[in-house]
Amino acid sequence: MVEVRFVQGNEACALGAIAANCRFFAGYPITPSTEIAEQMSILLPKYGGSFVQMEDEIASAGAIIGASWSGMKAMTATSGPGISLMQENIGYGFITETPIVIINVQRGSPSTGQPTMSAQADMMQARWGSHGDYEPIALAPSSVQEFFDFTIKAFNLAEKYRVPVTVLADEVVGHMREKLVIPDDIEIVARKRPEKVDGQYLPFDAPECGTTPMPAFGDGFNIHVTGLTHDERGYPDTNDPESHTKLVERLCNKVLMNRKDICSVKKELCDDADIVIVSCGSPYRSVGAAIKKAREEGIKVGSLKIDTPWPFPEEEIREIAKTAEDIIVPEMNLGQMVHEVERVAAGEANVHLIGKIGGILHKPEEILAKIKEIKG
Amino acid sequence: MRTEVRIAGFGGQGVIMAGIIIGKAASLFDNINAVQTQSYGPEARGGASRTEIVVSDEEIDYPKVTSPDILVAMSHEALIKYMGDLKDEGILIIDPDMIVEEEIVDFVEEHKIKLYRAPATKTATEDVGLRIVANIVMIGAIVKVTEVVSVDAAKQAILDSVPKGTEDKNIQAFEAGYALI
Amino acid sequence: MAKQENPYKKYLREDRLPHIFCPGCGNGIVMNTFFKGLEGTDIDFDNIAMVSGIGCSSRVPGYVKCDSLHTTHGRALSFATGLKVGNPDLDVVVFTGDGDAASIGGNHLIHAARRNINLTVICINNNIYGMTGGQISPTSPKGSFGTTAPYGSRDLPFDLAELVSAAGASYVARWTTTHPIQLSKAIQKGLENEGFSFIEVVSQCPTYFGRKNKMKTPLSMHQYIKENSINKRRAEKMDESELEGKIIVGEFTNKPHKELSANIKELVEENSNKGLAIKSAFEELD
Repeated sequence: MVEVRFVQGNEACALGAIAANCRFFAGYPITPSTEIAEQMSILLPKYGGSFVQMEDEIASAGAIIGASWSGMKAMTATSGPGISLMQENIGYGFITETPIVIINVQRGSPSTGQPTMSAQADMMQARWGSHGDYEPIALAPSSVQEFFDFTIKAFNLAEKYRVPVTVLADEVVGHMREKLVIPDDIEIVARKRPEKVDGQYLPFDAPECGTTPMPAFGDGFNIHVTGLTHDERGYPDTNDPESHTKLVERLCNKVLMNRKDICSVKKELCDDADIVIVSCGSPYRSVGAAIKKAREEGIKVGSLKIDTPWPFPEEEIREIAKTAEDIIVPEMNLGQMVHEVERVAAGEANVHLIGKIGGILHKPEEILAKIKEIKG
Repeated sequence: MRTEVRIAGFGGQGVIMAGIIIGKAASLFDNINAVQTQSYGPEARGGASRTEIVVSDEEIDYPKVTSPDILVAMSHEALIKYMGDLKDEGILIIDPDMIVEEEIVDFVEEHKIKLYRAPATKTATEDVGLRIVANIVMIGAIVKVTEVVSVDAAKQAILDSVPKGTEDKNIQAFEAGYALI
Repeated sequence: MAKQENPYKKYLREDRLPHIFCPGCGNGIVMNTFFKGLEGTDIDFDNIAMVSGIGCSSRVPGYVKCDSLHTTHGRALSFATGLKVGNPDLDVVVFTGDGDAASIGGNHLIHAARRNINLTVICINNNIYGMTGGQISPTSPKGSFGTTAPYGSRDLPFDLAELVSAAGASYVARWTTTHPIQLSKAIQKGLENEGFSFIEVVSQCPTYFGRKNKMKTPLSMHQYIKENSINKRRAEKMDESELEGKIIVGEFTNKPHKELSANIKELVEENSNKGLAIKSAFEELD
């Protein structure tokens, strides 16, 4: 039965995790994400799941990876300072191909910054935060409904590709209350178990950049999982340049070669648009209002909303750059995703940043003003 | 049409809950759209507490309140802090027992504010016999004055939000508030 | 003479041998005593899962033919917490060292002990960072030398067995590589204890600790450890000055009490009619 509720974004996230069959949560209190931990601590015991409040965020990231290898879908939720602490273990998640979901409800930063205010200043950290080469997957919700939907999608992608997936929410989306529709036919990706224990199974072998099924500890496969560069068996192999290249390239390619499946954007009014506003997460809400006003005044403006900042939807941006003269990128930071847009647009369109920090969302008027400035 | 509502008071008056109930009434029971936001952190520790609701029969893009059509003040401090960006000719509902009215006479006149008085705290204490339902009394007054949500939706949202066993008192509070104006 | 095969070889991943441990390293003794301790219990070897962090001691699980998680430096107990809570049916063993458990992982150590989570932790304490080449560790004795204490360490070391006891663990013992019988018995008790079991093994690192501290041969280190070990019962009657530089060995704590994963399971049983979900990531939902 379809259920309709009026809830906070953070609560919708917890409900999404439960719907996705997440049955393990480890976390540490931090504003503005704490409600997710609180909700999980209420919900999990009712659904047969485990909640552990860890001693810090490093431990939280470690615990969800351990839980994932025990055969559970596992999640943590935090904000900037916590995400910074988690980076090493997130990298471990990439090299060991462990499905986990990390929620980052972004707040004003750097450092302790503005705990109760919003920001999108961790966009690049989600891409490059842990040391080394890797290709992350991240989703950015702009509404309470999307926070629910994208949390489920994050679990599905994590399982499908055996990678850590981040949901890049922010304080605005985390704390506002809106209508949430919980459908009764949610698509959930279950983990695939290797077929049999025959000594032939290679836990870290994925031909053609697919993903190898992953057993749980205790299934009898006796596998070794290490953060060291390893061969297909999982055994350390740290001094052979070829082994390292092969492993890291495969880890990157399994995301990059599946861009079409992973990337998602929402295009509106782009066909005739001279100006396209490329946004991601909460600022999309201001974009909608600005476009309405601009169109009323006869200015042809469209919107491209990026659901998946990582991997960056290159093809979709390239297409827009060919048809639009100008691209406006409003972000709650001093310019992060705009560099990706510029890189991909490669001079085909003029790219303009509306960077905003301080903790509040762009007002539609600010975006409208930029549109008018460009139209001269 | 988009309507922006701000309710302000001090911590403990149930201001946030009032905002949630109005948002819920609109989005779940009137089947229109609503976004509710509230003050957090240092701003929410003691002193003034604030919630904002955008209600619209269309999809709500920008979720924040910039200049409210309706301001509800349950404390003087909150009123002074938040009345500045009330729209000209906007609606102001105050709890007169919590407000020093002389201080806003000029503002009301200058901006042609429609001022309503709803003694929610007094009504909750004396008529309902429960001071903590002042917020629900105020919802009754808001619904009567503004029609931002329907009476039925407001009642359903109240029943959906209050603790079990307190339903009757809360509906009584709503009706008492509705009768105040 | 016929070559005798080690009876515990069956537990090893033979395709990973030879191992990386130096000649004379204590890790081999600890592995042997572990298998002996394990065989004294009713635990099925196939039900063992090992977790470790970074360092020489943390390489042990990689050679054992069981599911093993070789994690980040200091964080083994965090990963092990997720693994054990995620599936309380597993017998989770953590191999760690003095640097891994007590320096970078110190906070996780005291909190895992506080929660009394049902893990068996074997902490191989060689008083030095071996993997990185001989730097001092939080258990290096005052006055000992390392590549980062060229003039001798002036800091007081941690007493790990006391630390973990104070933090709430239900079973704590300290033995050395010169006490294989007592050590395997302690490991057996640790494996059988349903709670946080911490077995500190004072071990030799002739390559680094020995070389830096005038005990270049494994034998001299072994003798040093043996001669300086004092049983806890005897030590209790001695004063502080007599105990300086001594290694107090024995059982420090044996007080079983409720552990984390059992508490969580109980909470779930009280709140849900389904019981604790195990390996649910594989479940297809309708």
